Amino acid sequence: MTDLVIIGGGPAGMSAALAAYDRGVRDILILERDDSLGGILKQCIHNGFGLHTFHEELTGPEYAWKYEKQIHEKQIAYKLNTMVLDITPDKVITATNETEGIFTIQAKAIILAMGCRERPRGALHIPGTRPSGIYSAGTAQRFVNLEGYMPGKDVVILGSGDIGLIMARRMTLEGAKVHAVCELMPYSGGLARNIEQCLNDFDIPLKLSHTVVEIHGKKRLEGVTIAEVDPKGEPIETTKEYIPCDTLLLSVGLIPENELTKQAGIQIDPVTGGARVNQDRQTSVPGIFACGNVLHVHDLVDFVSKEAEIAGIAAAAYLNGVPETKTEISIKTDGKIRYTVPEVITEKKDITVYFRVSGVYRNATVCVTSGKNVLLTKKKQKVSPGEMESVIIKKEMLEQIDELMFQLEVQS
Amino acid sequence: MYDVAVIGAGVVGAMTARELAKYHLRICILERENDVSMGASRANSGIVHAGFDAKPGSLKAKLNVQGAAMMEQVARELGVSYKNNGSLVIGYGDEDKQTLHELLKRGQANGVPKLTLLEGEELRRREPNLSSEVTCALYAPTAGIICPYTLTLAAVGNAMDNGAELKTNFEVHKIISHDGYYEIVSGTETVLAKVVINAAGAYADTVAAMAGEPFFTVKPRRGEYILLDKECGNTVSHTIFKTPTKMGKGILVSPTVDGNLLLGPTSVDMEDKENTQTTKDGLKKVLAEAENMVSGINVRQSIRSFCGLRAVGSTGDFIITSKRRGLIHAGGIESPGLSASPAIAAYIVGLLKEQGYELTVNPQFNPNRPAMHRFKEASRTEKNRMIRENPSYGKIVCRCESVTEGEILEAIRMNPKPGDLDGVKRRTRAQMGRCQGGFCTPYIMKLLAKELQLPYEQIAKSGGESWLLSGTTKEGN
Repeated sequence: MTDLVIIGGGPAGMSAALAAYDRGVRDILILERDDSLGGILKQCIHNGFGLHTFHEELTGPEYAWKYEKQIHEKQIAYKLNTMVLDITPDKVITATNETEGIFTIQAKAIILAMGCRERPRGALHIPGTRPSGIYSAGTAQRFVNLEGYMPGKDVVILGSGDIGLIMARRMTLEGAKVHAVCELMPYSGGLARNIEQCLNDFDIPLKLSHTVVEIHGKKRLEGVTIAEVDPKGEPIETTKEYIPCDTLLLSVGLIPENELTKQAGIQIDPVTGGARVNQDRQTSVPGIFACGNVLHVHDLVDFVSKEAEIAGIAAAAYLNGVPETKTEISIKTDGKIRYTVPEVITEKKDITVYFRVSGVYRNATVCVTSGKNVLLTKKKQKVSPGEMESVIIKKEMLEQIDELMFQLEVQS
Repeated sequence: MYDVAVIGAGVVGAMTARELAKYHLRICILERENDVSMGASRANSGIVHAGFDAKPGSLKAKLNVQGAAMMEQVARELGVSYKNNGSLVIGYGDEDKQTLHELLKRGQANGVPKLTLLEGEELRRREPNLSSEVTCALYAPTAGIICPYTLTLAAVGNAMDNGAELKTNFEVHKIISHDGYYEIVSGTETVLAKVVINAAGAYADTVAAMAGEPFFTVKPRRGEYILLDKECGNTVSHTIFKTPTKMGKGILVSPTVDGNLLLGPTSVDMEDKENTQTTKDGLKKVLAEAENMVSGINVRQSIRSFCGLRAVGSTGDFIITSKRRGLIHAGGIESPGLSASPAIAAYIVGLLKEQGYELTVNPQFNPNRPAMHRFKEASRTEKNRMIRENPSYGKIVCRCESVTEGEILEAIRMNPKPGDLDGVKRRTRAQMGRCQGGFCTPYIMKLLAKELQLPYEQIAKSGGESWLLSGTTKEGN
């Protein structure tokens, strides 16, 4: 029997472990599938991490080390090269590694922190051949930053997610020619600062409302045909353009890795692809929490760490047997706000609600209502899908209500 | 001098080589590509058809029914997953029902057992997710599903384990007939063999012509497919076909033996034997038709689309024949070629016997291929035993398909040995899951480089020019 088992030793898992430790939990075990702690941060050698948390600009490995060092100092237990195969609703974890074989652990509480994966080419149905030279941006990042190899020299990037933007700069710095970044939507899904620093500073064209319509080359990629798309997303025939290239990087979305979550019978939110959680990041199974990119895809690792702290603190409280409350306030959204985390509130206290919007809107007002009562409004000059937003819901707003509505009002 | 040279390591060549390995023969399999199962046997529906489709009296009908009956045992011997899931040909209304009746009668004439027509409640109970417009179906309980390239790989491997040789990258340029033997010439090598089996798939006509027998042609017919995540694998339990029309069989919706859901194929005749590009219209058509047949197909769960070429012969039937002693053609092996393949192999050996070749049984022949370890499918006790004996079976490399390092090393060392990433993929399913190799590709490259003693950057995706890395970064590795 282990008090707290944390699945995943990336930024979320480490931060959750430390938060739980600080609240007095000592019997903690982190299970990590890779050969070291740190998760995807290990290959994110660019800077820009930690501005919110540490008020300094760190690289990914530096940011991860701030947490990993504390894991070592506090002697929090972890197992590397260990893959969790199954989690039951009763919190029995089955895992495997080379030294112990298959083993099970009965946990009192579990924090899910498995992160996310990249959407592959197959999900997009790009017509054409299936040559080598097509990589997800993260795989290319691993080759370049960890292995020291270049996946190619003439590059087109599809999708303007942050990893794609970062890789546009990285490949350019390593001597490759990045011909274009194509984005299907009329706006980028990446951070504004990345568009500035990774594309504009290097004169890499960002082609909004453009997509790859055909892949050419039998063995190795030889080129792609790109085209502008109409408002319905359909390629416009007359805008087709062939770009010779040997490499296509895909940065077309991240998918929370919730196969284990589903095995445990936990309710999934179809919008985020992650578990449905309350303000404590507790899932529909009491004592199982989720945080980080396995819950919903974050823009900044700082927010991952913060969210993981919430889960770690809540897991500690759960282990201490804090009584359950009867409150259940669900949060609904209009179409312009895609989702909120949490999406249900079960305790009346000050709560930061995070959310993402579905399009780029200027002069927008976030409006939180309950029935006919407006509880809160917050003006925003600009909101976009690439950046996570938040509002603080005060404890007193939660009195005598059973539903919150999050809306975005946009002046025309 | 070989006794037999089999040209083509698709499922027909593979099964034939294995069948021949049961006798005291020196066998060589010649394959144009750098691996086996690289043509039609790589990209098809993976269906073991019951055998009601083909015209009674045709070779297709006879060998389909025979082959389907043999498949379960062959698969067991070769350690290949096979599932007898049954098939349903669905109809919408009275006209289709009439056609299904005719299919039923044809199937009975072909000797297909246990065919029945289902309607209403009984049909829904059997397959609840059929679209609401479906009114009737022909149920064939003997149909099954199998992975076509796994079968081909295992058959070649078993033939090799019993002494057959495999020469890859051997593209036949010339066949010279001598008295009692043939000279088969590639760009760089010459092979002599007393008997030549032409199982060259889409190029069987070219090979026949090289041997001076241009009496048939093979045209490729494109078929595009969409593969969905394993989360969709239970959408249907049977293989679902549409009632055939003049336009052909239409597309199917089927679980795969590995637990995914497969939609396709389209059917477009063409000339180019190399064109396996997917098209926007083709993929659209596959989806539209599939959604018409089965409800609850979630296109967002697609993990791969691909295109295969069927080798359509000029006679409408399989062309398995010999006009000259020692030269046997197996051309036009389109659907149901996979289903028929064990029977095709036996039929070819029969033709050799008819030509007076004395085949002595090899008592040492072992029909069983050592079953590859499958971590995912093993019980807990078996898993622990595997890991105790070899810890690398405890290390999961492909997280989506739960493939361990031990399995990958095993596949790299086993006949026929892979030389690239796709070879490992087809043998182990690593990189074949929902992330499509996003995480495990660099690691598998390392394993391949180490085992094949090649520099890391020389590991290719699929032979030839399919390089993966253009060099080191500025600082190097």
